[in-house]
Amino acid sequence: MNEKKPRSDDFEVRRTHLQSLSDEALKNRFWSLLEQVVDPMTNLAKNHTTPSIERSVLLRMGFSSLEAKAIVDVVIQQGWMGKGAGHVVYKLSLIKSCSILDAGRRIAMGLDLDLVKKEFEVIR
Amino acid sequence: MNINEKIDILDILSNLEQYRPRRHGWVWRTPAKKNDYPEYDYSDLGKPLKNSIPLPAAKSFKQIDPQPIQVITTEIASGRFEDDIRRMRMAAWHGADHIMVIRTAGQSHFDGLIEGTPQGIGGVPITRKQLRAQRKALDLIEDEVGRPINYHSYVSGVAGPEIAVLFAEEGVNGAHQDPQYNVLYRNINMIRSFVDAAESKTIMAKFGILQIDGAHNANATAMEAQKVMPELLVQHGINSLFSLKVGMKKDLIALSTVPPIASPAPDLKINLPYAVALRDFFDGFRMRAQMNTKYMESSTREATVTHVLNMVISKLTSADIQSTITPDEGRNVPWHMYNIEACDTAKQTLVGLDGLKELVSVRDDGYMKEMVREIKERSVLFLEEMLSEGGYFNAAQEGFFIDSGYYPERHMDGIKRKIDGGISAGSVYERDKDYFAPVSCHYGYNNVSQYGLKDTDNPSILIGGDTFDVREKIQFIDELDDTDNVVVRLEETKEYRNTFQIRPEVQWLSDSVIVLDMTLPTDVKHASAASLFVAKKMGLMEAEVIHKEILHPSEGTRIQVKGRIDFDIPMDELVIEEEIPSLSDEEIREYIEKHPMKIVAGTVGEDEHSVGLREIIDIKHGGIEKYGIECLYLGTSVPIQKLIDAAIETHADAVLMSTIISHDEIHYKNMKKAHEYAIEKGVRDQLIIISGGTQVQSALAKQAGMDEGFGRGTKGHHVASFLVQAKRGK
Repeated sequence: MNEKKPRSDDFEVRRTHLQSLSDEALKNRFWSLLEQVVDPMTNLAKNHTTPSIERSVLLRMGFSSLEAKAIVDVVIQQGWMGKGAGHVVYKLSLIKSCSILDAGRRIAMGLDLDLVKKEFEVIR
Repeated sequence: MNINEKIDILDILSNLEQYRPRRHGWVWRTPAKKNDYPEYDYSDLGKPLKNSIPLPAAKSFKQIDPQPIQVITTEIASGRFEDDIRRMRMAAWHGADHIMVIRTAGQSHFDGLIEGTPQGIGGVPITRKQLRAQRKALDLIEDEVGRPINYHSYVSGVAGPEIAVLFAEEGVNGAHQDPQYNVLYRNINMIRSFVDAAESKTIMAKFGILQIDGAHNANATAMEAQKVMPELLVQHGINSLFSLKVGMKKDLIALSTVPPIASPAPDLKINLPYAVALRDFFDGFRMRAQMNTKYMESSTREATVTHVLNMVISKLTSADIQSTITPDEGRNVPWHMYNIEACDTAKQTLVGLDGLKELVSVRDDGYMKEMVREIKERSVLFLEEMLSEGGYFNAAQEGFFIDSGYYPERHMDGIKRKIDGGISAGSVYERDKDYFAPVSCHYGYNNVSQYGLKDTDNPSILIGGDTFDVREKIQFIDELDDTDNVVVRLEETKEYRNTFQIRPEVQWLSDSVIVLDMTLPTDVKHASAASLFVAKKMGLMEAEVIHKEILHPSEGTRIQVKGRIDFDIPMDELVIEEEIPSLSDEEIREYIEKHPMKIVAGTVGEDEHSVGLREIIDIKHGGIEKYGIECLYLGTSVPIQKLIDAAIETHADAVLMSTIISHDEIHYKNMKKAHEYAIEKGVRDQLIIISGGTQVQSALAKQAGMDEGFGRGTKGHHVASFLVQAKRGK
């Protein structure tokens, strides 16, 4: 990345292509440029997740903040973030036919991880 | 809640595990109806309150308390949420209906939720227990004042989505949310911040939580504030459009807009075109008018003027929410009284400027037209270059933001953040094909079909509903720290809580802090030292100079000192001044009819003031004449002897002497003279002698020999009530 040099105010030169625009057209240009800035970021968000998002999913599933943190730590360790932490818990609850809270607490303690691992490998 | 009793914090804290918020989402003020304020033809007010404290001058306006249509914000976060509750109540009585709680230092870098009630620094640790307690208290307070109160904090930092869930569950009504804030001012990784923001905003949108963005911080951070104007439009735009795209409604997206500059610069000449340009581009969004804090020093007077000028712009353009930074923010000591002063400043100014747009309009030609257009074009150019650099992330890495040049001028001194750097860098994970989350309000890809659901189904049905559907699923954690919690703090201040015992306070119960204000006839250096000597001699502990103002380099300096007292007040031994019971007009009239009364009145000494006394006497001002009392008015600068002699000659029942001038305690000296002359003449026992004036205190007047003394705010019926009761007693 090249260090850029300071630039003096060349507004009068740069603005020439904008000068002829009506106020309405200038406003439309502002919003359509913004769209080009924002769209890649919302798309990025659609296909990615983070520890906080996953903990927020677990909170919604009824876990306490302490439990949510412990579960996500295990999920990251196991390399399962791409599946979703809530998914991991849900999956174990199906395998063990136990409640969501039981399943999550088992994950947090590092129990039954091999069962979950096997299931995810089947899908892949 | 009984208005004569303090709010019971212990009661608020009990049963919090059972508390459920009575509503979700933001509430705007309701416009006033025609007959809500019959006294004047107002143009843009909100509904009146059931209980409130009117402005001081309302005394002359039948105690009316008109409420502006704008929601009024006050920031309350002293570090002890339990004491903030009492301040919230005071603020609500002064017109605040948007209570914003600043988070404790460092919470934005805390990777998760905080639980319990630890004490905060520069703010409050936002936790489930703390939120429930304050929301529960605000339920009581809003019932007391008769207007919904919006409760607000921050969905930012590295735990944004979790905080958003917490706020949705606990009925928080408004929140700051702007990923750019994380990036620029908290150095949190930019990818993480935007990915988190999409989830946070989705949750906020579902619960109708009003969003306020973080653009105003650019103004406070910039070297020359007005130069960030083009960038401010861009920052507002990025957060607003991002929010719309993830599903927020336009009318719950508020732009935190600051007039960038302040006097002594030409305030309106720079701020007004900027405000117009912003509102042109962001038509339909909400405006949260933040006040300029960048140039705030320790002068509360100066901050207040800036606030007022900012509100002129709010009224000339538009504002849905008016902020009120406390005028002591420049000292970093937000205290009760300054929250209240700022709320009153907002109310007074907004009501004073009522109907401004019907009186004047902002010009759209000449200078205004050129400036508005120029700001807009500069912001469009900013966006063009951002895109040519490859978009937001590259631009933020390049140091586009908070450059001290007036774009397209660039000094290359902006804030630079690395795309793969900052706190929590590398914590963003791509979702696999089978990614799944069994909850509602989840943004983005969610493979629900693998479990037999359609895209339109709520994924939470697979787990029997999530906490948004089934509140009982929320786990309430009370405390995690045995030594740092509200119970311990309440125990420490027990003797002052809900008891008769009090101490002075500025922010925390019985903190014992007071402020001394003094003028010292010397230069600022000597004055500072001298003020601390005074404070020490008076017994103040931890004395500290909090404000200095040079009156003249050598003639004088004004100093404010704060410090702590270290004694209890013997409440049982205090002498409480008795109020003279007021009689009804009928009762007074009836008595005077049966026992005709005559008084002699005049302003004594070398004193030409006449208005006050005439208002007490004259029938047209509701004075004592209206009860049939015969009044002989002798005028101004009446010698004491003449006043008493006249009373003797006319067989008057009472003498009313007006004593306005108070230099050198001359008013009390004159009272004493009158009293002694009446004794000398042998008439003191049968003659009622009373005095009145703006500086008269009842107790001191009585000490000077008067039957009674009347101060500021006295009306005819107060004096008549006293005269009747005194005559009955004679």
